[in-house]
Amino acid sequence: MGVEQKLGNMGVVTTTLEQTVNWARTNAMWPMLFGLACCAIEMMAAQAAHYDMSRFGMELMRASPRQSDLMIVAGRVSKKMGPVLRRLYEQMPEPKWVIAMGDCASCGGVFNNYAIYQGVDEVVPVDVFVAGCPPRPEALIHGVLTLYEKVKGEKFKDLAADVK
Amino acid sequence: MEKSLETIVKDLQEKFGIMYEEFRGEVQCMVKAENIVEALKTLRDTHHFELLSMLNAIDYYPQTSPRFHVVYQLNSLSKNLTVQLRVAVNGDQPKVPTATGVYKIGMWREREVFDMFGIEFEGHPDPRRILMPEETEGHPLRRDFPLGYEEPQFTFNFEEIDLRKPYAKE
Amino acid sequence: MAQLQEVSVEQFKHLVSERALTGETMLLNMGPQHPSTHGVLRLLLELDGEIVVNCIPDIGFLHTGIEKNMEAKTYQKAEVMTDRLDYMNPMGNNLAYCMAVEKLVDLDVPPRAQALRVILTELQRISSHLVLIGTWGLDLAAMSMFLYCFREREQILDIFELVSGQRMMTTYMRPGGLWRDVPVEFETAVRDFIKIFPKRIDEYEKLLTKNPLFIDRMVDIGYLSKETALSYGVTGPNLRASGVNWDLRKARPYMGYEQYEFDVPVLNEGDTYARYLVRIEEFRQSLRIIEQALNKLPMGPVRSDNRKFVPPPRSEIGVSMEALIHHFKLWTEGFHAPDASIYSAVESPRGELGVLLAGDGGPKPRRVHMRTPSFDNLSVIPEIVKGHLVADLVAILASIDIVLGDIDR
Repeated sequence: MGVEQKLGNMGVVTTTLEQTVNWARTNAMWPMLFGLACCAIEMMAAQAAHYDMSRFGMELMRASPRQSDLMIVAGRVSKKMGPVLRRLYEQMPEPKWVIAMGDCASCGGVFNNYAIYQGVDEVVPVDVFVAGCPPRPEALIHGVLTLYEKVKGEKFKDLAADVK
Repeated sequence: MEKSLETIVKDLQEKFGIMYEEFRGEVQCMVKAENIVEALKTLRDTHHFELLSMLNAIDYYPQTSPRFHVVYQLNSLSKNLTVQLRVAVNGDQPKVPTATGVYKIGMWREREVFDMFGIEFEGHPDPRRILMPEETEGHPLRRDFPLGYEEPQFTFNFEEIDLRKPYAKE
Repeated sequence: MAQLQEVSVEQFKHLVSERALTGETMLLNMGPQHPSTHGVLRLLLELDGEIVVNCIPDIGFLHTGIEKNMEAKTYQKAEVMTDRLDYMNPMGNNLAYCMAVEKLVDLDVPPRAQALRVILTELQRISSHLVLIGTWGLDLAAMSMFLYCFREREQILDIFELVSGQRMMTTYMRPGGLWRDVPVEFETAVRDFIKIFPKRIDEYEKLLTKNPLFIDRMVDIGYLSKETALSYGVTGPNLRASGVNWDLRKARPYMGYEQYEFDVPVLNEGDTYARYLVRIEEFRQSLRIIEQALNKLPMGPVRSDNRKFVPPPRSEIGVSMEALIHHFKLWTEGFHAPDASIYSAVESPRGELGVLLAGDGGPKPRRVHMRTPSFDNLSVIPEIVKGHLVADLVAILASIDIVLGDIDR
């Protein structure tokens, strides 16, 4: 017999601390404005009224890295832009996640040449890759929900291992 | 070509000794590098060609003299005419006098030609690279510059390329 | 990975005034990641309080090496890269490239394909101006403008998806015509759009055009004179707002534009407000062109039948030996172009989009140069921004309508 059956519908919920913290993180994740190229336009379309992303907690896009938790790298990253990306990533406070949106951010896309990083995971560690050129707004939202699944499965002992 | 364009091309031929050819309805004139600034000034002031729409270069790599052609496309808005001037440049130490005194579009377009091909423009007020980072060596759009192609990872070579790929640290 | 370049005043001594060297004015970096710069553009501002004394743009953060990459592919495969140059106008880029290839190899385009190309290009022009007006309102703190404009844009993207299967990077126009014919629902979809759009333009005008805040921030800001514009190579709506009547659709008509009746809006004031009014009027003229083209749409094939350059349909390959050989040559090697160069230009929503295409007798191009309008439009910013406040700089940048993919290629 668990505690839930004793309490019934008294309006009390039992849960673990991990689940609460993860639930709070997913419900109000603010992305940082990092639209570089064509995928940025589809990201703006996903934020606009037709495919609303605010339903999933991303009410606003913060331009400052100090106030955001998620970086959606939307577009192709050139060799001149790489150090800027890394510096912005280091300025974001923990916990932080990265979504690589589009083919160019995931693997270099159509452009296999001297000027583009072949995948943004050569610069920052990536959690979710979203494929497409550009991915439809629905595909981006699917990527965001996949990230939420990943965050809900995070455990404290993994985070504690990072702290040295 | 039309009558008015023919008179203009004949005028340029008398003053600067250019050679011209027509291809698919366009007129392309070869001008020598020393005469290009005077030719542009004549076209702008005497013949009312107000707009220089394009300034770029073509690399004919295996042949080294001339190796580059710098191409100028001029438009006359009042008369609705267009003409193309080309300057042939050699492969080693390529130099062309700058057109920024005549058309200000040269400020950025000549920097781009220098960045991509290595052609120096004498007298340009701001000769820096514009598209590539400052410390780049070499000029990307030359035909002998490598493309930088990376082998795609399939399942049969996945591990060996994975070991070489520079993944980011946390 | 390269380190971030630290900038010191010595590098820009020849571009800033002497007051910067003594420290009287401040050098501020409006960096590549900024909500108001419409892309990855870096501006080095020399500020005296809030007033801009000098502005030095630093571009190249989105340099993709498209021109060099196109030299390594055949003419048909290189078209895929042209979509991604000016990503607000992919159909227009396809059109410019296909027209250049058709001029180089002397290929004809059937009239039905020409009319459909005109309809799709004008729809793309409306979509590009919608994004501009939406983000312009967002920059000047009118956020509802952004939501309204994107609602209309979704309807246009639905039409593109109906026709080609992709919302943005369609690659629908191919050398010789179009990839395939439009489905039956195309005409109803476009007519629905033409019916509702004029009322929406009136809605936008009610929101912004007579709004005193908007007028205050835009009239007499960023004056661009006719001579400066022509000398710097500015084209498109920016040039037409400074008093020069130059539109390539009227001056050098292509794809049958001479059959359609439309006006070209030209204003003389040359300030930011004039550039806004020119674009609102272009909405209405584009609708006129679309309606006339749709009414006159001829029947017929949508792709040329010159089998040396255009692949044969699958049905023919089973019956004809020549069709099989043409298919084989085009797919394995590609068609050959003569060893010459041409220049061909179209009118994109930003200005003159030209292509310098040089062949070398083989299946791959020797040089493809896209003369993109935003590069030259941006180069005029240091001239027109002097003496204005930083907030005005934001409004001026929005009015010039730059797309960084166009600039850095």
